[in-house]
Amino acid sequence: MKALLVLEDGFALEGRSFTGACESGGEVIFTTAMTGYQEVLTDPSYTGQMVCMTYPLIGNYGVNPEDMESDRVHVSALLVKECCKTPSNWRATESLPDFLVRHGVPGIEDIDTRALTRHLRLHGAMRGVISTSVRDVQELVARANRLPTMEGQNLVTRVAPAAPYRWNGTRPEPVTLAEDGSYVWPEGGSRLVVYDYGIKWNILRLLRAEGFDMLVVPPSFTIEQVRASGAHGIFLSNGPGDPATLHDEIATVRALVREYPVTGICLGHQLLGHAVGGHTRKLKFGHHGCNHPVKDLTTGRIEISSQNHGFCVVIDGVDDVQATHINLNDGTLEGFMHKTRPVLSVQYHPEAAAGPEDGRYLFGRFHAMVRAAAGE
Amino acid sequence: MPKRNDLKRIMVIGAGPIIIGQGCEFDYSGSQAVKALKEEGYEVVLVNSNPATIMTDPGLADKPYVEPIEHDTLAAIVRKERPDAILPTLGGQTGLNAALQLAKSGVLEECGVELIGAKAEVIEKAESRELFRQAMENIGLQVPASGIARNMEEVRHYGSVLPFPLIIRPAFTLGGTGGGVAYNMEDLEKVAGRGLAASPASEVMIEQSVLGWKEFEMEVMRDKNDNCVIICSIENLDPMGVHTGDSITVAPAQTLTDREYQKMRDASLAIMREIGVETGGSNVQFGINPADGEIVVIEMNPRVSRSSALASKATGFPIAKIAAKLAVGYTLDELRNDITRETVASFEPAIDYCVVKVPRFTFEKFPGAKDELTTAMKSVGEAMSIGRTFKEALQKGLRSMEIGMPGLGTGFRDPLPEREDIARSLRVPNSRRIFAVRQALLAGFSVEEIFDICAIDPWFVRQIQDIVNMEARIRDFGLSNDMTPANPELAELLRKAKEYGFSDRQLGEMWKRPEDDIRRLRREMGIMPTYYLVDTCAAEFEAYTPYFYSTYETGRELEAADRKKVIILGGGPNRIGQGIEFDYCCCHASFALRDAGIQAIMVNSNPETVSTDYDTSDRLYFEPLTFEDVMHIVELEKPDGVIVQFGGQTPLNLAIPLMRAGVPILGTSPDAIDRAEDRERFQALIQKLHLLQPANGIATSFEEARAVAEQISYPVVVRPSYVLGGRAMAVVYDEAELTEYFAQHVPENPEHPILIDKFLEQAIEVDVDALSDGTDVYIAGIMEHIEEAGIHSGDSACVLPSFSLSYDHVAKIAMQAEALARELRVVGLMNIQFAIKGDDIFILEVNPRASRTAPFVAKATGVPLPYLATQVMLGKTLEELDPWSRRRGGFYCVKEAVLPFNRFPGVDIILGPEMHSTGEVMGMGATFEDAFLKSQLAAGQRLPQRGKVFLSVNDRDKPLLPDVARMYDALGFELLATTGTARLLREQGLKVQPVFKVYEGRPNIVDLIKNGEVSLVVNTASGKRTAHDSKEIRRSALTYGVPYCTTLSGARATARAIGARRDGDIHVESLQEYYAREATK
Repeated sequence: MKALLVLEDGFALEGRSFTGACESGGEVIFTTAMTGYQEVLTDPSYTGQMVCMTYPLIGNYGVNPEDMESDRVHVSALLVKECCKTPSNWRATESLPDFLVRHGVPGIEDIDTRALTRHLRLHGAMRGVISTSVRDVQELVARANRLPTMEGQNLVTRVAPAAPYRWNGTRPEPVTLAEDGSYVWPEGGSRLVVYDYGIKWNILRLLRAEGFDMLVVPPSFTIEQVRASGAHGIFLSNGPGDPATLHDEIATVRALVREYPVTGICLGHQLLGHAVGGHTRKLKFGHHGCNHPVKDLTTGRIEISSQNHGFCVVIDGVDDVQATHINLNDGTLEGFMHKTRPVLSVQYHPEAAAGPEDGRYLFGRFHAMVRAAAGE
Repeated sequence: MPKRNDLKRIMVIGAGPIIIGQGCEFDYSGSQAVKALKEEGYEVVLVNSNPATIMTDPGLADKPYVEPIEHDTLAAIVRKERPDAILPTLGGQTGLNAALQLAKSGVLEECGVELIGAKAEVIEKAESRELFRQAMENIGLQVPASGIARNMEEVRHYGSVLPFPLIIRPAFTLGGTGGGVAYNMEDLEKVAGRGLAASPASEVMIEQSVLGWKEFEMEVMRDKNDNCVIICSIENLDPMGVHTGDSITVAPAQTLTDREYQKMRDASLAIMREIGVETGGSNVQFGINPADGEIVVIEMNPRVSRSSALASKATGFPIAKIAAKLAVGYTLDELRNDITRETVASFEPAIDYCVVKVPRFTFEKFPGAKDELTTAMKSVGEAMSIGRTFKEALQKGLRSMEIGMPGLGTGFRDPLPEREDIARSLRVPNSRRIFAVRQALLAGFSVEEIFDICAIDPWFVRQIQDIVNMEARIRDFGLSNDMTPANPELAELLRKAKEYGFSDRQLGEMWKRPEDDIRRLRREMGIMPTYYLVDTCAAEFEAYTPYFYSTYETGRELEAADRKKVIILGGGPNRIGQGIEFDYCCCHASFALRDAGIQAIMVNSNPETVSTDYDTSDRLYFEPLTFEDVMHIVELEKPDGVIVQFGGQTPLNLAIPLMRAGVPILGTSPDAIDRAEDRERFQALIQKLHLLQPANGIATSFEEARAVAEQISYPVVVRPSYVLGGRAMAVVYDEAELTEYFAQHVPENPEHPILIDKFLEQAIEVDVDALSDGTDVYIAGIMEHIEEAGIHSGDSACVLPSFSLSYDHVAKIAMQAEALARELRVVGLMNIQFAIKGDDIFILEVNPRASRTAPFVAKATGVPLPYLATQVMLGKTLEELDPWSRRRGGFYCVKEAVLPFNRFPGVDIILGPEMHSTGEVMGMGATFEDAFLKSQLAAGQRLPQRGKVFLSVNDRDKPLLPDVARMYDALGFELLATTGTARLLREQGLKVQPVFKVYEGRPNIVDLIKNGEVSLVVNTASGKRTAHDSKEIRRSALTYGVPYCTTLSGARATARAIGARRDGDIHVESLQEYYAREATK
């Protein structure tokens, strides 16, 4: 079925829907990751975005139950050059088209993804719509322009959990807190309250592998509730949308930093940036991919990183913190630490999924920080 | 931390001659490395015996030595030049082994030379199967169960404890020489026996087979701070069991999830660290069980490899250049990504297209060799193609092969083979298996059935299924539809067909229309390709490298530049008869154009070459060299000219069609080319100039051939017309042999006539390269062949200047060459083959184009022939360029061919009119003897100083044998000969020890060879039957590494060289030193 992709500035490409009739819209971004489309699709940080995979052959290895980064697909649409209908991989349990159909998310192929990518690089990420029914470009341009811009959008509310839960090793499991707000930490080890703004499951897998005992909580979880839970440390997750809109969350983080060792990844890092006095700015077309070099300024080592962000933190002039990681491509901030408080955070994704695992050491570094703060 | 300042002078060892498993990719990597080191201000000493390499050009390294890559010669160079360091990781296995030997022999220590890039221990750890297996176990990685055997007893032991089938891999050999698969104990003894003989360490690994597992490769780079990046992943279409060099391979990996890919990535980095490769590039191979994902490590190369060249071309990341810079102390983050300029080299390329590499085979040249692919590499070249989909790239790759396939399918109406035959072609890997997959799908095999038979991953099979389905759609459409541009359905189908990589030729064939019609139709409908950039980053950053591929997409990234420009057509995949020599010429054409301020645009499909390096030309189109693909570029660029005379036969075949399409061809006109190639026009040309050619005739049937042969008298040279590289060319001595020839090579009603020429026995063959501007002619080189006429010039050794021709002959040859050049109005290069018999000078062949010998002549005389030829084509005159004054002399240069017989067990190693060599070396010396000796050393012949020489010659050679025997006798060799020959020599007063022929009893000559009692074999044979009798002698000499001569003239030259070696030490000189000997000669 023919489909039209139209951007807010009138740029249009024709493709073909491999998921049936569809209408969708969102910010159009591209990712240069050559593997890991399943992780991308299920990563809540992509909420509100239509994702263009720059690698042209997508779906080759199908979809499997182990590589989910959440329980559903979050992108608004998947845009590819060629989608493989019958996968080949010993772990595959479902084809990509079936998976998208089951989750009600459109997939469009036959898109000239390179032409689209170049357009976004030159003109910046922008809003777009796809349609299998409307053939009038102007009509679709108008629709695209009616969509909210990514800047100024709070999307966390769409993906964050309503209640606390625990990670049982493969999926979330509801928990109940005691009357007084305390939590029975079942696993032993350092106790961690994990703020879920739209967390990727691999973060939970790795925190767990690191030996943390975790209570995962919604963004509205207050500092008082944290105190009542008996946590040793705080983790702030990734998530979608514009961090500058998350005033309540930033306020909570500001309070948490004063009392707890805190670490953040991606959106968590951006909230920390705001909390310590920095700010965030929108990048032209963001960083989305698995090949960006990041330098750890504390060791001089370079790691190849998994990236997925449209905003970056600016800490210029903030005396309390120092940069620990920078992006070698464009010099943007990739991580910082607090000079006096046990706070460290990174913009990129040490949990990978998809992407290289060079940044895994950060989970250990965080664990050591929590232990040190606890006087261990 | 920037580069090291304690190093001043660095030596780079090249890879020597082109052989199977070590192609011109090492000229590409070596040239990049030399340039990179020079850029950093180091003085570079270079050694490479291959004259057709860019890296040995006098302008590149400070001191290029065209000397043999063997221990004693290298030691002499090290002692003379005293480099601070040797960079051993860019010259393939040859360079690595040579460096390791220098380390082991203590020369490096003696001269205080450091190995940079990889230390000796690292090389050994990666190369020794046992150490490697241990290292893998240390980091918890699996390798297939295996054992190391050093003798047959150990071989049998492992045969009894390991499960069959077993893979046999000899240690320290190139491209898996001597390896193979054994399904039972008998196979095992045979293959392992060969492997032990092939391994310089007499060590083979016998390993549990992972046949049919998925095969992957990772290209890794590491800097001294332990920063590691993966440049590219490669997935083999052919599963484990076929050498990766012989597999169709695809980049990036297609069928792994991110998790599986990362596991392999992590393993690659861990291996790099455990083996201890300090800096540079490495290649790691993995096998993955398709049923459960179990991963085993197959091997790692601690150096730049064929795959790294492919990875460089596939991604745009210059692995060799970066490896060289890392070796002198830089770290990845200190180096810039040339392509994006702003980002750093410490990243992992992201690609937004699919790359397919297809190997090129030449089994047809080796009768007796089975077209079966195993773990020992057999392909002689490769083409790479880029498309937005696998389907597009695969079809582009297949049509780049020039094996008569315009894509995956052709002969669309031909009946399919029987199911069993198709199944057999799938089961046993062979050079045409990919086509069998198509046939199987057409014959109704399911994807699963095909996978069960050949283990090619279902993903690939389904991709081929898509192509096959499209093929059916296209065919059917043509039957019942309006085929005019007005039909919108046609436009849609045509576009889809092009997106699937179908060529106009295929479409024309399916629709029974000429190819031109399809082109016209497409143009009218606006279905033309666009050119996308290879930019390392999937368009994330702006890129500056002008490296493009065609695809059928919507964007437009490329505009023709508004300046004077010339397109150079390259040679496509290497094959026997067309290799690095032609790429060398293409590169020089590019250099000349750029120096003249003209935009140089290269078109080629060969990833191994310097010409496809992104900074060789102003623009690079990585495209198949077919009329369709070239015309698309021509129409976009509108060049001022196209150069077709440098890339060998491939672009030459396009000359006439391009000319007809109105494309300006630079230099010699296509008509002149035709005059030299068309038999009748050529005859007229020769007669017009009152020159001589051997008596000849043509025949279209055996009867006619018999009549012609009788008329011009035996022996005759027989060959089909329209063939290259002497394909199916043979010397025939009598009618019986002629009958045999027809039975073997000529179909019932041959499509093209058979050419029959008088064979000039015992004639001296002479090759001449000349340069002409249409008025003046510069005779660049008169090369005297060492083997007599009848041996293909590409397989024959030759010497420059000539060593036995009379002044009168030389003068006459020069005059005739000049006359031919003027008559044909040659503008550019030309090559002529002469034969001198008695006082007659015959013309065998005229080629008004760059020849295989052009680079050799350029190096041997110091005159940059292809460069000057390009200037001439641009309008300069020879008078202005004055090549005469640039000529250097005062030394001898011998070119020797290098033959791939060790790759084709069972094939006779005799030389003949059909070319077999894959590469060549040059020996330079003050005397002919010295130069010849070096050429032999460089070609891998270790000439003996004493011992027993075995003489066995055919009847025609018998009268000349005593002289040769006397030379060896005088050198103190003991003479061995079979009964008849021994009697003959005794009659001449020589002392000879008789030995049994193979069938006369034991111990026979083959036993003596196997026991190491023979130090040199002289064995000539011509004519099929005598050849067969002595085949086993020659095979065993080859297998056991005994030097051999298959012509008497070769034996004579060898004797002279052995004598010369006794007289003194090894004398080495750089090119500049040779050139300084005498300004002109």
